[in-house]
Amino acid sequence: MADFVMPTLGADMTEGTLVQWKKREGDRVTKGEGIAEVDTEKAVIEVESHTTGVIERLLTKPGDKVPIGTVMAVIREEGRPTTSPAPAQEVARPAAAPHLAHRTDTVVPSPSQTGRLRISPAARKLAAERGIDPAHMQGTGPDGAITLEDIERAAAVAPGVTKPAIVADRQARMRQTIAAAMARSKREIPHYYLSTTIDMGRTVTWLKQENETRPMTERLLYGVLLIKAVAIALRRVPELNALWKEGAAVRSEGIHIGTAISLRQGGLVAPALHDADRLSLSDLMTNFQDLVKRARAGSLRSSEMSDPTITVTSLGEQGVETVFGVIYPPQVALVGFGKLVERPWVMNGQVVARPVIMASLSADHRVSDGHRGGIFLAEIDRLLQEPHTL
Amino acid sequence: MAKITYREAVRAGLREALQRDSRVFLMGEDVGKYGGTYACSKGFLDEFGPERIRDTPLSESTFVGAGIGAALGGMRPIVEVMTVNFSLLALDQILNNAATLRHMSGGQFSVPLVVRMATGAGRQVAAQHSHSLEGWYAHIPGIRVLTPATVTDARGMLLTALQEPDPVFIFEHAYLYSMEGELEEGPPAVDISRAAVRRTGKDVSLITFGGSLWKTLAAATSLAQEGIEAEVMDLRVLRPLDINSVLTSVRKTHRAVVIDEAWRTGSFAAEISAQIMEGVFYDLDSPVARVCSEEVPIPYPKHLEDAALPQPDKIVQAVHTLLGR
Repeated sequence: MADFVMPTLGADMTEGTLVQWKKREGDRVTKGEGIAEVDTEKAVIEVESHTTGVIERLLTKPGDKVPIGTVMAVIREEGRPTTSPAPAQEVARPAAAPHLAHRTDTVVPSPSQTGRLRISPAARKLAAERGIDPAHMQGTGPDGAITLEDIERAAAVAPGVTKPAIVADRQARMRQTIAAAMARSKREIPHYYLSTTIDMGRTVTWLKQENETRPMTERLLYGVLLIKAVAIALRRVPELNALWKEGAAVRSEGIHIGTAISLRQGGLVAPALHDADRLSLSDLMTNFQDLVKRARAGSLRSSEMSDPTITVTSLGEQGVETVFGVIYPPQVALVGFGKLVERPWVMNGQVVARPVIMASLSADHRVSDGHRGGIFLAEIDRLLQEPHTL
Repeated sequence: MAKITYREAVRAGLREALQRDSRVFLMGEDVGKYGGTYACSKGFLDEFGPERIRDTPLSESTFVGAGIGAALGGMRPIVEVMTVNFSLLALDQILNNAATLRHMSGGQFSVPLVVRMATGAGRQVAAQHSHSLEGWYAHIPGIRVLTPATVTDARGMLLTALQEPDPVFIFEHAYLYSMEGELEEGPPAVDISRAAVRRTGKDVSLITFGGSLWKTLAAATSLAQEGIEAEVMDLRVLRPLDINSVLTSVRKTHRAVVIDEAWRTGSFAAEISAQIMEGVFYDLDSPVARVCSEEVPIPYPKHLEDAALPQPDKIVQAVHTLLGR
């Protein structure tokens, strides 16, 4: 048996709402196939199965909001026999009980012996109103219960994270989610920033020629070349392609570029372009367009939300020349690109007009330093001078 | 303001009732020649005569039943039952007749009967004279249940009760008869539908009634010395219960201790606790606590009797537990 759990679809996700099941009990699923739609505070995400098998039981009802790690369904793996009628104990296991065994990415301490947080009803209500997460608090009430006073004290010392939890509209909730992630980033990550201006003349020229050979629908955007350049440069400075886990950086095998996409209704998401260093420019372009379309339609997949190993953001469209971004935890670096602009540029002792772009790196000083960061930016620059190799 | 005993207050109320309305008469065991077991009707036989101050045989079922009959016949009887323990003999008359006749006659008959009885422990009269069963009576629809705790209520509740068209049961805590208090100004007849806040506070609501009020006020005074501001609520009326006053208080303090001299299991305190949970669950900052009597027949020896009953230190202890101290 394999448990299908509410996944973590972003660093600050604590719970998700099941929108609908895409499978019924008894249906076959293959690994990677979407079986549920989950509403996080950012978007509706299709969640994929990690197992191939048959859905034995669906435990969560559409509309239910459950914490991450909650077992939502049980999948009988390929080749395993059907279980006899489940023992009563297992049936009775509440869907809301966090199933910690399957959690590998974050550590959630068990709040109490019974799995239920010891908090008074009034304190729970106030915590929700003030946006205080009581899960890790030490209570001072009877038997260590968290009381109103504990919540008030916590609210007083942490006004920065205060947020009204009951906000009907998604936009406000997304703003809060971003606020929490960014505040955590700036609290925990010692950022350093580097930037360099890159001559884009060769890339622009090459792209123009390349696009002339392509049908309209397959034409490339220069942004895709930037992403590819970043992906390949990461092979040379792999410590930037990592996740910070429990006090140490863990380098990622694949290079999955989180691509910041602003949403029309406000806010942004940064879903992954998987294995960006290994895809052809054409595939990258196709995947990128698909990703933007689905991000805006609110139909991203769970792996796209949870897999990015670094983020690339570009504010060129807004006319911004330089962007120094805030790292999205648990990532350890973020690359920013400004607007492609024509500027006076000295080549061979002559001042000429060249298309240039400002590339920046925000990186975690716990993991890398300016020397390695500089090598990384220089590598991007070098690659963009040889666009045909991308 | 005049200082009088609870006994004098009851007597003053009875006297005024007898003077006001010629339909009012008093009957019960030893109310006449003896002047009442608790001396509440001392001198009444001479003053009002044997027609209106009637000694009865030792048969609660008979004289409570006679009271019901008299009430049906247009009189305004006041029946005194010596203790709540003995009232059980009249429970059939109370539950099957007094409480039901209005309903069973489709509203044609009413039973304007007042029954007074002593309740409670603390006087070393042991297990057949000491129990607190007013919570049982509060279970019965069709009657009103009053628990005067102050001299003002001891005098005034009776007068208002006599205006009621339906049976009213007044539980006088036997330990209070010799207690002195100050009569509040104002007309003697008092409200018999609302609870009263006897002390205001913001940290915890102490909800009680009858004889436990004074122990609770003592506990509140002691708590105040450590900076805990307890609100003391005197329910006054157990049926129909003024739950809104209780909920208002708990909404403010977020904590409640119910003090009830009855046994804990199935006590009126349990009812209060349940209604608090139903009404203001999301305002509670701790579980509702109860201070009740130990689950034993009330003992005779003083140290054991004291140990069996709610006491100020037990109330203080319950509050400390709620506050995590």
